[in-house]
Amino acid sequence: MTLRLQARGLACERDDRWLFEDLDLDIVAGEIVRIEGPNGSGKTTLLKILSGQLADYQGELFWNEVPMRVARDAFLSSLLYLGHTAGVKAALTPLENLAWYQAMAGDPHSESARLAALDGVGLGGFEDLPTGQLSAGQQRRVALARLELTPRPLWVLDEPFTAIDREGVAELETRLEAHAREGGCVLVTTHHALRATPALRHVRLGAGNAHVRH
Amino acid sequence: MSRAKPSAPPQREPHGGLVVALRATFKRDLILLLRRRGEVLNPLVFFALVITLFPIGISPDPELLSTIAPGLLWVAALLAALLSLDSLFRGDYDDGTLEQLLLSPQPLAVLALAKVAVHWLLTGLPLALMAPVLGIMLSLPAGSYLVLALSLALGSASLSLIGAIGAALTVGLSRGGVLLSLLVLPLYIPVLIFGAGAVQAAILGDAVSAHLAILGALLAVALMFAPWAIAASLRISING
Repeated sequence: MTLRLQARGLACERDDRWLFEDLDLDIVAGEIVRIEGPNGSGKTTLLKILSGQLADYQGELFWNEVPMRVARDAFLSSLLYLGHTAGVKAALTPLENLAWYQAMAGDPHSESARLAALDGVGLGGFEDLPTGQLSAGQQRRVALARLELTPRPLWVLDEPFTAIDREGVAELETRLEAHAREGGCVLVTTHHALRATPALRHVRLGAGNAHVRH
Repeated sequence: MSRAKPSAPPQREPHGGLVVALRATFKRDLILLLRRRGEVLNPLVFFALVITLFPIGISPDPELLSTIAPGLLWVAALLAALLSLDSLFRGDYDDGTLEQLLLSPQPLAVLALAKVAVHWLLTGLPLALMAPVLGIMLSLPAGSYLVLALSLALGSASLSLIGAIGAALTVGLSRGGVLLSLLVLPLYIPVLIFGAGAVQAAILGDAVSAHLAILGALLAVALMFAPWAIAASLRISING
């Protein structure tokens, strides 16, 4: 399976300040790319650019060697993005939240898959409570259940470990590694130090220059 | 975070499934609004209050009231619909589901249409059904009730569509309400003219089909262009 996200000469300016300039990235299947840097160094902005949400940047993006403009539909159907905000509706139950995501991925009815995904993130028994009544960590877990529910090769995760407890962090880390082993690809920002594995790469942002370290 | 067993190798989702996504978005928004009844009732209460206060404030004279009734009912319904527009995309924007909607491989314009349809179903349609009852209070002549409800039902669909463009443009602003009204009100004027005109014509005993046909034409144009404008506006707002 081909899977390659490339950025050439990426630069982004915010409030007269360059967040990053001349950033080249080449992300292929089987990699976990951790984007790191101090607060305000443009990690979230970079993820938003790479996931095709922001158009306000310089440089070029390629998905499987095709310019992003052309490959956008194919790219979006390979992408699973978890943003800073969890993307779950407080008034809906976890099951209803997941049902919407499942339907958006083109998969209509499969409550058993949703229940299994919720069980997988440790939310068995909470599936019929309004999500707004769950704790912050549990709400985040509802969003993380999407990783199991709608299989996509490219995961773009913005601070996925926020509010997750220690066991949850370890399990999620294992899940990310498993995804990379299976030929998927993970782009993640986090302040949590990830276990060193052969799949792990770092991209460091900050103070106007960015460099890639293997 | 997950079962340890390795899942099937990741693969591309089959393209399509637009109907499934459309139905799910429609259903989700319907459930959400039905769980927050206050938000649904707000415009209806506003409409009823305005219409109730007018006879008290002006004069209980049935003759006078029946002459101003068509315009009054239409203006009050229009403002009530405007009142509810600000929250159309606001909730989705705040909890991050809007960015997920934008990242869906399905066409955004069609999904936005589902949201607007729910808005009309729970705002425009109830306003249209309520208007004849309030018309009685304004001594609206018998025989014009059906036209009033019909013109409001048709017109409010256009109002929802046009208003959604403004709501999409202002969703990124923390206090977008006033700007939304300024953006949208000029575009509401044609709908108001022909809507109130239809009711006026019904009172005078003239043919109403021309007015209703123009309202229908406005709706058709709005249906054709508004979804794309809403989608483009949402992308601009998210980019900001």
